[in-house]
Amino acid sequence: MTQYFELVCPSRPENVGLCRVAVATFAANIGFTLSEIEEIKVAVSEAVSNVVVHAYPATEGLIELGCREIEAGIAITVRDEGVGIQDVALARQASFSTDPERMGLGFVFMESFSDDFHVESAPGKGTRIEMRKRREAPAEGA
Amino acid sequence: MLEEAGKPVQIAIKRQGRTATARLAGEFDLTAAPLVREQLDGLIDAGMQRIVIDLRGVRFLDSSGLGVLLGRYRRLSERGGSIYLVTAAEGSVRTVLEMSGVRQVMPLLASESEVPRA
Ligand SMILES: Nc1ncnc2c1ncn2[C@@H]1O[C@H](COP(=O)(O)OP(=O)(O)OP(=O)(O)O)[C@@H](O)[C@H]1O
Ligand SMILES: [Mg+2]
Repeated sequence: MTQYFELVCPSRPENVGLCRVAVATFAANIGFTLSEIEEIKVAVSEAVSNVVVHAYPATEGLIELGCREIEAGIAITVRDEGVGIQDVALARQASFSTDPERMGLGFVFMESFSDDFHVESAPGKGTRIEMRKRREAPAEGA
Repeated sequence: MLEEAGKPVQIAIKRQGRTATARLAGEFDLTAAPLVREQLDGLIDAGMQRIVIDLRGVRFLDSSGLGVLLGRYRRLSERGGSIYLVTAAEGSVRTVLEMSGVRQVMPLLASESEVPRA
């Protein structure tokens, strides 16, 4: 069986760090380099922060994080059952934010720091992000 | 790596005339954002004209931290002041700062001694 884990937790700010460290540890165990792990941490932080900040405006909901080893590297999914995104193409553009205090860079970082990036979302149906990243070189002795 | 989990951000502030230096350490993310925002806003409200933010002790920065920095820049520049960021030449914090374009409004310096004299 390939290595994987799932983590479900409430959409609270302190769980952003929890998800980030969980994925970073997993990535280290399957042979990612330190600089790749730095990028993975930013991407995960952005996806999970978006759930905390945007998905459940009036309530608390769940962050569902999934992580698995794939042949080329790692596949990370971040899901919520929150409000969803009206226009995904627009939301993915740099500097687009529905919050005037934010920079609208989360999607830009997720996309830049992964090799393969997908967003599925619909208003009222929640959002699912999938990011895949390849390892630089095959893991040695892992 | 595990010992990083849940470590709150730390801020040390030094004031000299109307210049303040805020040295941050730890992880500057969504959890840290409210505390850092409050501390920096306190300096702006106290009339500081130049704020030097030393990010060399920050091991992690994402868009939530960037948003706090840019928001403070907006507030302080309305009052005619400026913000300088001190950061290491390499690493993920530097990469994230470069990608965000914040250096167009806040210079990225290698050390506090590079801050232009008032
Ligand atoms: N999980 C989500 N649920 C609902 N809306 C979302 C979700 N993720 C993103 N969005 C929407 O997409 C927009 C763009 O997201 P992005 O992360 O790029 O920027 P941001 O979160 O607004 O700002 P930043 O990430 O720079 O703090 C958000 O402003 C929000 O409207
Ligand atoms: Mg975001």
